[in-house]
Amino acid sequence: MEPIIQMKGIEKHFGSVIALAGVTVDFYPGECHCLLGDNGAGKSTFIKTMSGVHKPTHGEIMFEGKPMQFDDPRDSIAAGIATVYQDLAMIPLMSVSRNFFMGNEPIKKIAGLRFFDHEHANEVTMREMRNMGINLRGPDQAVGTLSGGERQTVAIARAVHFGAKVLILDEPTSALGVRQTANVLATVDKVRKQGISVVFITHNVRHAMAVGDRFTVLNRGKTYGTAMKGEISPEELQDMMAGGQELATLEGSLGGTV
Amino acid sequence: MTDTSSTDERVKEMSGLRRAMIRPELGGMVGVVAVFTFFLLFAFDSGMFNMQGVMNWTTVSAQFMIIAVGACLLMIAGEFDLSVGSMIGFAGMMIAIFGVVLGWPMWIAILITFAICIAFGALNGYIVVKTGLPSFIVTLATLFILRGFTIFIPQTVESKTIIGGIREAAEGDWLAPLFGGKVGGPIFQWLGDNGWISTFTRGNLEGQPVIDGIPMLIIWAIALVIFGHIVLTRTRFGNWIFAAGGDAQAARYAGVPVDAVKIKMFMFTAFCATVFAVCQVMEFGSAGADRGLLKEFEAIIAVVIGGALLTGGYGSVIGAALGALIFGVVQQGLFFANVESSLFRVFLGVILLLAVILNTYIRRLITGER
Repeated sequence: MEPIIQMKGIEKHFGSVIALAGVTVDFYPGECHCLLGDNGAGKSTFIKTMSGVHKPTHGEIMFEGKPMQFDDPRDSIAAGIATVYQDLAMIPLMSVSRNFFMGNEPIKKIAGLRFFDHEHANEVTMREMRNMGINLRGPDQAVGTLSGGERQTVAIARAVHFGAKVLILDEPTSALGVRQTANVLATVDKVRKQGISVVFITHNVRHAMAVGDRFTVLNRGKTYGTAMKGEISPEELQDMMAGGQELATLEGSLGGTV
Repeated sequence: MTDTSSTDERVKEMSGLRRAMIRPELGGMVGVVAVFTFFLLFAFDSGMFNMQGVMNWTTVSAQFMIIAVGACLLMIAGEFDLSVGSMIGFAGMMIAIFGVVLGWPMWIAILITFAICIAFGALNGYIVVKTGLPSFIVTLATLFILRGFTIFIPQTVESKTIIGGIREAAEGDWLAPLFGGKVGGPIFQWLGDNGWISTFTRGNLEGQPVIDGIPMLIIWAIALVIFGHIVLTRTRFGNWIFAAGGDAQAARYAGVPVDAVKIKMFMFTAFCATVFAVCQVMEFGSAGADRGLLKEFEAIIAVVIGGALLTGGYGSVIGAALGALIFGVVQQGLFFANVESSLFRVFLGVILLLAVILNTYIRRLITGER
């Protein structure tokens, strides 16, 4: 299978700070690739490079086998790379249907004037929400009335609906309860089965193990390597994320509960 | 996740009536009913509800509406414009300078004034989006700058702060009647001739109806409210206005050109202020350096009474129009009811407070905020 995105030797420097010191990862369609790393490991910088927010200082991005230059987020969105940010996925004051079509509003022409096609938007929103297992009171229900997990699910459904080939999820489960996390993970599973490449950023090993096909650990701007599902145990991942040594000592004193 | 047919047992069913009632405009509607009930009870015989009285408070309300529409869309887009009042004074003065002092044709004076004022609006917006400073501060600076020019320019060129002769200068102009004219004159004449509305019984206006037409100011107000409402609720751009004010960063990630939306809203606010100013100078026949004082706050108050959220992302043009109507009816109604005029501020403060409390409650019902 050909990778859909290849990140080759990506380096990103902010002034004198080296945020990424040569990261190489391949992402495959229909797979959930978990990027793990502790705070400050470079996860956010890395995905922002993929989604066109940052330009890499060195290194190459290959998209569907061709070298790609993303000058701003719109370029990567147009190419089919959608990013769902943890807090910035949805606008709570707006209705689900207005959120769903934000930036992609359907248009119908009346007397040559371009109007927002609310009927089409409402219909599609209700259908997509049902498919994702969310029951709305109506398409005009405000996103603020949804739970955190449902908001993430709406954002994922939106990205898929608008033809994302690569879906980047930035810590989608870190602020959620147990049940909501399960819902989001189930959504990730559905999306992966549609042949979309999912990039799942997390620092929770258990969430990663639940849906991941491949695992890459970032530490201090570098990759610790990539492992396939079944090749690595949760404990090993945990140790790699924390840089091994220190956490092992800490864990001893905490009785292996971390 | 697996069971998609059942509804969430924690979401209460809402009755159709309740759903129809709970809208952003509800606070404004309640307020309108309240103030009309109040004045029908206490000022019915004062002449407030005869033809002239109705025309009086309708005109005042229409003035508030024109600037409230601009302020409303801008507030929903997440920004303020405190320079509206100064812009009104400045625009009126520019008309007088170009049309009277320089003696240019009135239509050129009007068009150039619109261009200058909209350019100032664009500059406000550009500075706000490029510097990331609060629009409150940026437009506060514009408030002083424009007011300063409005006093300085006529003093320098004419040695006075009021320039008259605008009505004479606008005589026979093709564009000026669009702001200063009246429509429906023959209809009112016909109504008067048939005795359905009162006519003057003495003097040189004998036989003419007491209302000789609907001022263009009112037509502008209605047109702007309809335009603003349709743009906000029925277009792609309207969705971008909500998104820009709701969460600018989330909107940007979704591909909404937030900066362009905000700049356009600043320009539209300036446009509304200029419409107000041109109607006003055409009516008064003069431009004064102190015109439009405190109008920015009156616009913001009308918008807030109408249910818009001060921090952006939520609101309604219809609500803002109702807010303007409440404002106009209360201001003129107290005059008709012979209430000491200083009490107007007390009324205004009470209404503002009640409206904001009610609106906050309604908004929480709709958006699930806590």
